[in-house]
Amino acid sequence: MATASPSLGPIESVIRSKLLSSLQPAALVIHNDSYQHRHHAPMRAQDGGSGETHFSLEIVSDEFKGKTTMQRHRMIYSLLSEELDQGLHSLSLKTKTRAEAGIDTAST
Amino acid sequence: MFRASLRSPIFSLRPSAAQSLNASRVIAARYLSQEARAQIQNAVESSPVVLFMKGTPDLPECGFSRAAVQVLDLHRVPPEKMKTYNVLADSELRSGIKEFSDWPTIPQLYVNGEFVGGCDILLGMHQSGELENILVANKVIPKVEEETEVQAASA
Repeated sequence: MATASPSLGPIESVIRSKLLSSLQPAALVIHNDSYQHRHHAPMRAQDGGSGETHFSLEIVSDEFKGKTTMQRHRMIYSLLSEELDQGLHSLSLKTKTRAEAGIDTAST
Repeated sequence: MFRASLRSPIFSLRPSAAQSLNASRVIAARYLSQEARAQIQNAVESSPVVLFMKGTPDLPECGFSRAAVQVLDLHRVPPEKMKTYNVLADSELRSGIKEFSDWPTIPQLYVNGEFVGGCDILLGMHQSGELENILVANKVIPKVEEETEVQAASA
């Protein structure tokens, strides 16, 4: 259900634990895309990058119910504001409720 | 573009030593002068479509910014209705727009002064058709009637 990158760095761990505790997601997928961006000047300046600068997240949670995409993204940015102030450079987000993800359709 | 006119530095508050480090960190990161705020407000209203990006439409410096430009291009947003600002050329703008929009990443799209979102949101709206609706509703692009489209395809 929740898949991890091969080497779980500190930022990824924090992202995971914050999202798990605040959103109780039905599904959480975290991709560390930092390697693809390691050539960017700002990444090189950070010693070739901490290796934890760019992530894409796919989150399925009913905490998103009734919220527009923008509101959902703001929720996540807010949860991760400290990390975004530090080394976390970029977050690509896909957010769905359980119904949107096609989970639990039989129980309603 | 902003450099000459943003005179008040972003980090100009000096909290007393008694205040906690947390407070000073939050204040330093969140301070946007009225002057800077007004200038950004002008910028977001300067054109029907305003994109804050890394690089320029001809030379984007980030994949997400490039994608945003390409999506707008797909919808044939006319150049005279769109303005882009390169945040890499102005570090005060780069931090100021994040504070102004309360959004931590670039690119950022404004349509008629209203914040629409970043790259992910833009791509999602493109796929759902919502982006076209917004651009038509704000008179950025003309509504294309279905009959015209069919005729064009069969010519």
